[in-house]
Amino acid sequence: MSDKRSTPRNDLNIETMEINLGPSHPTTHGIIQMQLKVAGEDVIEADTIIGYLHRGFEKMCEAHNWNQAVIYTDRLNYVSPVINNVGYHLAVEKLMDIDVPPRGQYTRMILSELMRICDHQTALAAAAMELGGFTPFLYLMKGRELWWELLERVVGARVTTSFTRIGGMVADLPDWFADAALEIVEETRNINKEVHTLLTRNRIFIDRTRGVGYISAEDAISYGFTGPMLRSVGVEYDVRVAEPYLAYNDIDFEIPIMTNGDVYDRFYIRMLEIDQSCRIIEQGLAKLPEGPVNNLDKNISLPSKEQVYGSIEGLMAHFKLLMKDNGVRPEAGEAYHAIEAANGELGFYLVSTGDLRPHKCRVRPTCMPFTQALPQMIKQGMIADIVPCFGSINMIGGELDR
Amino acid sequence: MSELKTIPLLQELFGDTILETHAHRGDETVIIAPDSLLEVAGKLQQEEKLNFNFLMDLTAVDYLKMDRPKRFEVVYHFYSLARNCRLRIKVQIDDGEKVPSLTPLWKTADWFERETAEMYGIKFDGHPDLRPLLLYPEFKGYPLRKDYDQRAAHPLVEKRRGESA
Repeated sequence: MSDKRSTPRNDLNIETMEINLGPSHPTTHGIIQMQLKVAGEDVIEADTIIGYLHRGFEKMCEAHNWNQAVIYTDRLNYVSPVINNVGYHLAVEKLMDIDVPPRGQYTRMILSELMRICDHQTALAAAAMELGGFTPFLYLMKGRELWWELLERVVGARVTTSFTRIGGMVADLPDWFADAALEIVEETRNINKEVHTLLTRNRIFIDRTRGVGYISAEDAISYGFTGPMLRSVGVEYDVRVAEPYLAYNDIDFEIPIMTNGDVYDRFYIRMLEIDQSCRIIEQGLAKLPEGPVNNLDKNISLPSKEQVYGSIEGLMAHFKLLMKDNGVRPEAGEAYHAIEAANGELGFYLVSTGDLRPHKCRVRPTCMPFTQALPQMIKQGMIADIVPCFGSINMIGGELDR
Repeated sequence: MSELKTIPLLQELFGDTILETHAHRGDETVIIAPDSLLEVAGKLQQEEKLNFNFLMDLTAVDYLKMDRPKRFEVVYHFYSLARNCRLRIKVQIDDGEKVPSLTPLWKTADWFERETAEMYGIKFDGHPDLRPLLLYPEFKGYPLRKDYDQRAAHPLVEKRRGESA
């Protein structure tokens, strides 16, 4: 698919010029700087400078106890925060070797898929707008807003969710959740249909994205691509299928694969994944088991707020987990747990020394390999191709710079 | 706990190169000496029956004052798509010792190693360009080391002028 990419027009004897794109530029959302060497409109060389949003995620986690670190995970991928919460706590639970009851697992799965839809919709919306398609942007943002409002009603926050806890969730899903969610699933499908006609079957959009930002399967693997980016080059890898976690084993869904490895495929695959996530949410809600959402061991799970304020036992359990020098102490050891975030494999590598705090809390940033490969994808292309290409990798600053 | 998929293969292939193994929580882990890292990693990638084509993650851990012979551990997480299994390789080094870079084998090692280098002050031998990745060039110290003062203040950097890209 490299036929459309231009070759530098040396015959015109154009002088090369160095320009900066970003860090403060409308299309470099998430703050990133690209140092480009251009000849006319052609990008000859490129380098990406990141780190503008570095907050010391690991250092902060090391300074807080195992329960507290979850609030920092909200701020990793702030477009799909619940997935990060789930990823962190699955890693902690693996390290502590504890189980979450089936209802808790289903709840986590449903909320993760809800967030995946939001993430994909945001990526598509931003990309559409940057290519001049303001209508799909509005449609998609409206769709995302429906999910975020639902999330806000359940969690109480839109972005800073922190909705999981060691051994379960903060709270069970409310009674009305299933009906409300199914309504939005239908709406999401309608929006997807509209966006297909407006975007993926739009001549202008196709011309701007087909064959742009190409990467080969071999390079994608070498760069450590995962998620939609990897599946758009024809490599079948999805953590939900390869190493099923939560309740993904009980759910019937497909993993869309595309093979061209260009920007168009990356967007198209996200559209298809939104449909699949809708299916997962429907099945998850239909199969949602009864029972508690939390592991009932008082030494692990935080009691509900009703118990804390309503009974002396609840209050004691609460303090025994949160007071200074008290709390969970995973046995010394290490664990790496990977989940499929919206952008790909999100892995947490935790090291415990048997202390109240993580000795090490490393997160494998999903979008770092994509950003690293960006120069290769935009080189030999035009300056105008940088924008759709950058949109397609869906870089999230909070996660990239940590 | 699932049975071991990779450690027996590695023991057969490398024998004494492997210093220690464990599978805490099912994560197969192998500790090797820094000098044999490049050879082992190359085999992991190229040997048909190992077939670890992904370098998923690379980081380090500081075990300051933990009664260990070496202070740092550099941790590599590999994934094999064909065999659907993971492997963790660790090398132990002291402050100032070098680790061979995996950039000749995996492109993704480039940024991961740059990050590990700036955060822990670990030098990767053979890395093409060990500039800081997340921190700015004037930053002093290695923030993820355990003896780094978390309240350390850093002076404002003078505005850079006239530097070419």
